[in-house]
Amino acid sequence: MSEHLVLSSPEITYAAPHKDNAVKRFMNVTIVLSVITLIELCFGFGLAKHWFGHNSSTILFIKGVICILSLAKAYYIVSIFMHLGDEIRNMIMTIVVPLCLFIWFITAFLWDGNSWKNLRNTNAGSRKAPIEQTAPAAKESGTKE
Amino acid sequence: MSTTAIPTNTKWWNGGRSPFNASYGKVMMWYFLMSDAFTFGAFLISYGTLRFSQNHWVDPNHVFNSFPFAGHADLPLAFVSIMTFILIISSVTMVMAVHKGHQMDQKGVEKYMLWTIVGGAAFLGCQAWEWTHLLTGEHAVLVNGQIEHWNTTVSHNPFGPEVMFNGQEVATPGPIAFGSYFFEITGFHGFHVLSGVVINIIMYIKTKMGHFQQRGHYEMIEKAGLYWHFVDLVWVFVFLCFYLI
Repeated sequence: MSEHLVLSSPEITYAAPHKDNAVKRFMNVTIVLSVITLIELCFGFGLAKHWFGHNSSTILFIKGVICILSLAKAYYIVSIFMHLGDEIRNMIMTIVVPLCLFIWFITAFLWDGNSWKNLRNTNAGSRKAPIEQTAPAAKESGTKE
Repeated sequence: MSTTAIPTNTKWWNGGRSPFNASYGKVMMWYFLMSDAFTFGAFLISYGTLRFSQNHWVDPNHVFNSFPFAGHADLPLAFVSIMTFILIISSVTMVMAVHKGHQMDQKGVEKYMLWTIVGGAAFLGCQAWEWTHLLTGEHAVLVNGQIEHWNTTVSHNPFGPEVMFNGQEVATPGPIAFGSYFFEITGFHGFHVLSGVVINIIMYIKTKMGHFQQRGHYEMIEKAGLYWHFVDLVWVFVFLCFYLI
């Protein structure tokens, strides 16, 4: 059966030969995904229990590590489970290259959010007298502070 | 090479070979998933922008710390990690169904499709519990100098910064964007899971009826599988943005 190539369409000129160790490969990826998730959960639990202290740059670093681990999971899911890694190079590139838009998308918008926070805290320089930052008392239930 | 006239009515995708060595349906499924990735990405990035713009945001470990039948025990991340593993395992059973399809093993495809459907249904059940818990669980909030009890909804966020009131710490209203984004994004993802389960059920029935065996290939299982893995992929980032960081 392993030599039997199923061509699902006349447009397809060859089918990648099925590796006999395909199941083993899937199981290895399952283990990798589970282990990465467990590491992420450990970091998340550590953040909850303040293992990393209250230094905001340390916490930001830990959160960055968790983000990179998630990207690793995404790579394994797309490459092995969705078989994108087995497609031909042109096919891979038409999917991956447009996704590079996310680099700008994330950078620009988080930058914008941060700038928004700075403006909020300084009132864009238009505030006459400094107002103490106290916990906001909501005016009515349901209204935005 | 001289310019040659292209015969009219040339069917490029029908006339020989696919440039990507993949069928039209599968390529289009990939492009659909790419556009869906941008939709989810836009939602999550908009959430990130608003979160970055706030001085105070909700502590996810405080909001999502409950577990069914565990009362008021403080168990951060416990329930959502079960949901994550359910989705990973259902992805594995899906990839096994595709693998059995390559081997033209009808019984194997049926078995693994059934397990994938069970996993999807279990995930949806977990999400229903989580939503119910947030929408009905009341928390004390200090509003206009009085203690009120709020649920977490798209218009109410009882997890704002804590202040001292009558000698005890009590929360004030937090940014309402938290509930809106949480229910919008997990709801949109949950709807994808629901439609994925429906697609998988249809694929299971068609397998059971022997349609793919007659057709000579199980490519429809591959396409349904691509969608299902994408749902798992999106959950990786929803899990990251709402629960972990």
